[in-house]
Amino acid sequence: MKIQQISIFLENRPGKLGELCHTLAQAGVNLSTLSLADTGDFGLLRIITPDTQKAKQAIESAGYAVAITDVVALQVPHRPGGLAQILIPLDSANISIEYMYAFASNKEKEAVMVFRFSDTEKAIPILQRAGFNVCRATDLLGAAQ
Amino acid sequence: MIRNLWNDLEGTFFPESALDFLPQGKLREVQLQRLKAIVAHAYANVELFRKRMDERGVHPCDIKELDDIRKLPFCVKSDLRDTYPYGLFAVPMSEVVRLHASSGTTGKPIVVGYTAVDMEVWKQVIMRTLYSAGFRRGDVVQNIYGYGLFTGGLGLHGGLEGIGATVIPISGGNTERQIMVMKDFGVTAVCGTPSYFIHLIEVAQKMGLDFKKDLHVKRGVFGAEPWTDQMRQYIQSTTGLEAYDIYGLSEIIGPGVGAECHCRDGLHIFEDYFLVEILNPQTLEPVPDGEEGELVLTTLSKQAMPILRYRTRDITAIEAKPCACGRSIRRIRRISRRSDDMFIIRGVNVFPSQIETALLKTEANLPHYQIVLTRKSGLDQMAVQVEMSGDMVGDRIADIESLQKRFGHSIEQITGLRAEIELVQPGRIARSEGKAKRVLDLRNKEDAK
Repeated sequence: MKIQQISIFLENRPGKLGELCHTLAQAGVNLSTLSLADTGDFGLLRIITPDTQKAKQAIESAGYAVAITDVVALQVPHRPGGLAQILIPLDSANISIEYMYAFASNKEKEAVMVFRFSDTEKAIPILQRAGFNVCRATDLLGAAQ
Repeated sequence: MIRNLWNDLEGTFFPESALDFLPQGKLREVQLQRLKAIVAHAYANVELFRKRMDERGVHPCDIKELDDIRKLPFCVKSDLRDTYPYGLFAVPMSEVVRLHASSGTTGKPIVVGYTAVDMEVWKQVIMRTLYSAGFRRGDVVQNIYGYGLFTGGLGLHGGLEGIGATVIPISGGNTERQIMVMKDFGVTAVCGTPSYFIHLIEVAQKMGLDFKKDLHVKRGVFGAEPWTDQMRQYIQSTTGLEAYDIYGLSEIIGPGVGAECHCRDGLHIFEDYFLVEILNPQTLEPVPDGEEGELVLTTLSKQAMPILRYRTRDITAIEAKPCACGRSIRRIRRISRRSDDMFIIRGVNVFPSQIETALLKTEANLPHYQIVLTRKSGLDQMAVQVEMSGDMVGDRIADIESLQKRFGHSIEQITGLRAEIELVQPGRIARSEGKAKRVLDLRNKEDAK
């Protein structure tokens, strides 16, 4: 049920993201989705890809500091209040969202969001019990990662 | 004969400064007599010196001429740390009237002590320092050196009182108040670290003050950190004051080991109290006059804490030619660099090993790092670049920011200095022969401005 995400440390300087994208292209890494978080000094590029280990190796050997984290991908109903519904059972279980971003999806009726919860293990059954669709890596990425 | 040499003193006679002009033969005679006495004193009362001399089979009675100093063992900074706090004291505590301390390599400071006689000597060498820089009774002197455990503030203070100047013991910091005092109290001379004074000049300019018109500062002595001729030019051209370089270190006495005269062409060492050797730092053999080597100093009169052959790690050379001022005590050139990787920032001695200790407090594995020293609007800045690794990354911005803060805190705890922490990607720090250069000092590459 969990999805693996790769975080890559980047200095916040012109050209740094471009260098990394070049590395990813060279290694044949296909980005399923990505998000960039940054401060004035540095940034973290978070990516999800069908072959995490291969991507991690390629990025590390190109000289980047990399970490792998488990995240959760959820189908969010594509209508007003869709996200709010999800937050209710999590709030009552005292689980917080560290960050979230949208998954690139070509379906029109529903969106897929990537969540990093304070407690991933606890969050998944709660969401399932509340009737939400927690995506599997195979369904989402067409591979087991 | 000697009286002809007093021209630089504007016709006034200062008994203390007479010692700067002793005939060479007399000076060497005084040195030898004092060297014999200090070696006997250290041997009799300090275990470390006695043990080391015994190991070498040297006895105080083997000192028959000045060159015999080469038979003696060396003393290094870690000896002072290892004997913390009082292990090198040669007199009972009841004789010690003053303690000072300077930063050490592992967080523990180095403690130095003075007897009443040591305090008199200290005062005298500072008076000679001040006289040779043109300070006189009637001067209103703002002493910007830090007061407290640091030897700078109180060291200068004693000598300033000795020459009869009016002392303003303002210590460091609070730049706007410094400027107000400088203007309102009619300050004519200053003492302090050059980098802080440059900062003060720039703050004064921002406040709309014209140093040359609104203030009356004529001269200043600056030291406790290496500075360049460009900095001197900058201070002099913006303020119109004469800037003099002074040299000293706590282990030997504090400020007052050497000072520039009005010629400002090298620093005269007060050789009647401090014996100078310049040695090749690798072979530890003496180098000829004029050639660069490590400055090694022996205290010739210190009672509380005699120090034999202290390796300062400062690189300089003896100036062979006699000085135009007529002083017989010899000169060393401005300190250009050090033989180890210690650096001095805002008057504080810092070793890269201290930064390493600080980083290891936060991270179990030492990350690659580099210390980058720059000068921004006259003030020395320390930045520490730290290469990130997979263990340090994680996926949350807040975690990385907290890591950055923890690095900064532990560096401040250990060195007392704020450092800007710059997290960089792996491999960013240049390595030569696989080894990272720990200190990148860009301060002297930039002009004072």
